Parts: sequence; structure tokens; C-alpha cells
Amino acid sequence: MLRLEYLYWLVGAFLIATALLNLRERHYSIAAFWMILAGPFVLGDLILAATTHGEKWPAQAMGVGVIALGLLAARGRQRVTADALGEHERRVASATRLGNRLFTPALAIPLLTVALYLGGKFLSSRGINLLDPKNLTLTALGLASILALGAALRSTRARPMQSILEGRRLLDSLSWAVLLPMILATLGGVFAATGVGDTIAALTAAVIPIDSRIACLLAFALGMVFFTIIMGNAFAAFPVMMAGIGLPLLILRHGADPAVLGAIGMLTGYCGTLLTPMAANFNIVPAVLLELPDQYGVIRSQVPTALALMVVNILLMIVLVFR
Amino acid sequence: MPESINYWPLLGVATVIAGFALRRNPVLVVVIAGVVSALAAGIRVPDLLALLGQTFVENRTLLLFLLTLPVIGLLEHYGLREHARNWISGFRGLTLTRFQVAYLGLRQLLSMIGLTHVAGHPQTVRPLVAPMSEAAAERTLGGPLSDAERATVRASAAATDNVGLFFGEDVFMAFGAVLLIQGFYARNDIVLEPLAISLWALPTAIAAFVIHALRVRLLQRRLERERKRANGAADAAP
Repeated sequence: MLRLEYLYWLVGAFLIATALLNLRERHYSIAAFWMILAGPFVLGDLILAATTHGEKWPAQAMGVGVIALGLLAARGRQRVTADALGEHERRVASATRLGNRLFTPALAIPLLTVALYLGGKFLSSRGINLLDPKNLTLTALGLASILALGAALRSTRARPMQSILEGRRLLDSLSWAVLLPMILATLGGVFAATGVGDTIAALTAAVIPIDSRIACLLAFALGMVFFTIIMGNAFAAFPVMMAGIGLPLLILRHGADPAVLGAIGMLTGYCGTLLTPMAANFNIVPAVLLELPDQYGVIRSQVPTALALMVVNILLMIVLVFR
Repeated sequence: MPESINYWPLLGVATVIAGFALRRNPVLVVVIAGVVSALAAGIRVPDLLALLGQTFVENRTLLLFLLTLPVIGLLEHYGLREHARNWISGFRGLTLTRFQVAYLGLRQLLSMIGLTHVAGHPQTVRPLVAPMSEAAAERTLGGPLSDAERATVRASAAATDNVGLFFGEDVFMAFGAVLLIQGFYARNDIVLEPLAISLWALPTAIAAFVIHALRVRLLQRRLERERKRANGAADAAP
């Protein structure tokens, strides 16, 4: 069975290769950055296993690594390497030569992901697990990327090493932005462990007039948005706002419909996801990937949609929740 | 409200807000916020390090998309983005609005049936959707884009992908968010079928499509107007 772990090792190998290439060019702090980041991928399962056995030092060492990553990130700069002279012309010529043969591997990533997902689902319903059934989409995506790489090498006739060099070029231009989603999720974990969410929910519940159902609903909806903006993730905001306001005040006190409140409440949180740099993989990483001059460019483009949709969601809830 | 609530961990939230407002390096801000919040909660340094390391490792799934970079990088080296532009600019009657709205609808439908990882910023937006949007915009405006116009069109491509993903995924099929909602209720003795929850995501999904489609259209209008004004100014010059 293709376990997710094998794909993690591959990610780790790619990170180590990028680190070595940087080391050869004497970019020491960039090399160190990628080397430390390879840690969770190469040694992740060992670290988690050690913790379950009560052995704490591997996780603590990784914690030191996280702090080191933060310090290295502050030193590093995202470098978008400018095209060398004639590079653009070369690409245009190559595009004309290869034509639609370039699309096949690019489209193979999504199409194979679908095919592998559906195939994996079908086989696992018959008791055959070729792909990790608990992480089916992700293993499908990983395997699809590998197969697409094979197709790309075939149609371009490039050496395999070329793909590592090009992958490294993208990775170096993403630089610390690549780490943000993971580090933010880590912060979410720390916030949960330190009870930040419960504190904010308790504070909110203490200041709103709990006899007004509209006031409670507004506090719930705006709280979902606000909390998602802070945590970068509506999934983290939902249990907090639900436990603080949704369940005790709206459902139990004012008789709100739980199905509607849950579904639209979560989607109201998503409006917050469109607004926050904390949701880095959706808002900051693409700004870097698309080489936008403003790192908040994607967020700026989303603000009107997010606010309009938030208002629509609140109105929908007012109408549907207290039927 | 119980007296015993410790408000100090909120310092972590304050650190995040201050750090982003001052535009410090986000990774550093987040690491400091985590340390501040944990220390303020009275967690000792060894436990703090273990907590950081443990949660960091548990979230490594988020970087699995790195596996797509070698493919995308290789194809880009051989002219994928240039070809995507050429290909789309061969379509007659194609406008920026039509292209991005079609992508929005497709993305919503795909994520409704659970195919959320099929598209995304590294897999599809950078290599395909962004260059195609630029080509469509060049057709609409009748000429190459300025740097500012290019940035606006690219940002809109990324925004369209996000809106399509977020407001499709909770409809019909029981995925992450719906299961989270159902699980929360189940722990509090409210039993609901996943489908009963996910159907209520449909009105928002439709509203999201309408609102964002309108916004893309308004964006195209704005670009056309600005272009006309700029041309008018150029014509008026002696």
C-alpha cells in the first residue's frame, strides 16, 4: 500500500536536494532553512512515535528547529530570479515546438488525482487498499504528481535532474512563504492548548445582550469572521464560537436550527479566511507564486466578495435559523 | 464567567496583529506569538518546545503540494505558460469575464464532488489560469497589459480559485467541514445526518457564485474604462 509517509519522504528528499544545491552556491542560511524543514518529512513518524512512548527530546529538538526556522526566515529574502537574456525567446520557441504536448502532463496532475481517488475508493470498498484509505485524496495527489513528472520528462526529453533544478528554482522563489501554512497551523495548536479561544468566547458572551436573538446571532457571525481572521482557519474558530455562543445561547436558549446554524455559520467563517494573511496558503503563497508586487494583493482582490457574502450569510441566517 | 480565566495568553493574539500590521516577516511573527502565548499561559520552556515540535510535525500534510513543483517548474522551463497564453488567445469571443466565471463555476462544481485538491495555486493557477486570464484580458482590452493591469488580473485569478474552492466544498458531499460540524453536535447530543447540514450550504454557494461573477465583470469594465481614459489622454496630447 502506498502510505502517505512514503510521499513525505519524497518531499523530504526534494527539500534536502534544494538545501544541497544552495550549499554548493554558498547560500548557507537558505541551505540551513531547507535542511531543517526537511526534518518533519524525513523524521516525522519517528518524532511522533517517540512522543507516544513518552520520549520527549525529539519533539523538543524539532521545537528548537521551529524557532530556528523563524529566525532564518527573518534573515532570508524571497528572490525572484530575473530571466536571463534570451530566456523568454527560448521559452516561446520551445512552446511552439512542443505545443499541446506541454498540456498533457500539466492536466495529468488534476485528472490523475481524480482517477486515482475514484479508483482507490472503488478498490477499498472491495477491501483492496493500494492507496492509504485514510488520506486518499492526498496520496492520490502525490502519486499523480510523480506520474505527471514521468510524462513531463518523456514529452520534453529533459534529464531528470533538470526537474529538480526547476523545482528548486520555484522553491527558492517561494522561500519562507512555503512554510507559513504549516507554522500557522502550529500556532493554532498552541492557541488551542493555551485556551485563547475559550477566553475570547467567554469575553464575547459577557458583553452581548443575551436576551436578543439577533444580537446573539450577530455576535456569533461576526465572531466567526473575527476569529477566523486571527486563527487563519474557520475550522479552529467553529468549535470556539459554537461552545461560547452558538450552542448555549442560539440553539438552547433561542431555539435556533442547528443544521442551518452550523452550515452557514461555518461558511461565514470562510468569509474571514478570504480576508486574512493568516490563511497563508490561500492568500500569501499565491501572491508570491504569481509574483504580485503587493503581498496582500490577493486579499485586496477578495475583500468586496468576502464582505458582500458575509452580509448575505447573516441575512440568510436571520431568515432561516429561527423558522 | 469564572474568575479563574487567564487572560495573558491573549498577548499571543496581540503579537500576531501587531506583527502583521508592522509588516514584519510573518514566519517570525507567528513563531514569537506562539512562544509568547505559551509562556503567558504558564507552560514551561521544555514543554513549550515539545508542543511546538509536535504540532509542527502533525501539520506537515499542508506541504505535500511541494511534490508538484518539479513538474510545474520543468514544464514552465519548456514554455507551458507561454503555450497556455497562445492557446487561449486563439478563442474568438473570449473575454476575461467569461474565462474567469467559467473557471469559478468549474472549481465550485469540482469541489462540490470532493475534488478539492484537483486545482489550486501551484497546480493550476500559476501555470494555467493566470496566464490564460492575462491572454483573455489582452484580447478584451486589445493590447498588451501594463504591469499594474497584469497584477490585478493575476490577483483576480487567485481570488477566483479561492472563492470557488471555499464555497463549493461544503455542499452535497460530507467532507471535512461538514463532518466537523456533525461531530461537534454529536458530542453535544444533537444527532444530525451530514447531508442535512451540507444542503444548507447551497444558498451561500449560489450567492458566492453570483457575487464573485459580478465582481469579475466589474473588474473587466473598470479595466476597459481606464484603458479608454488613458487612450483619450494620449490622443488629446499634441
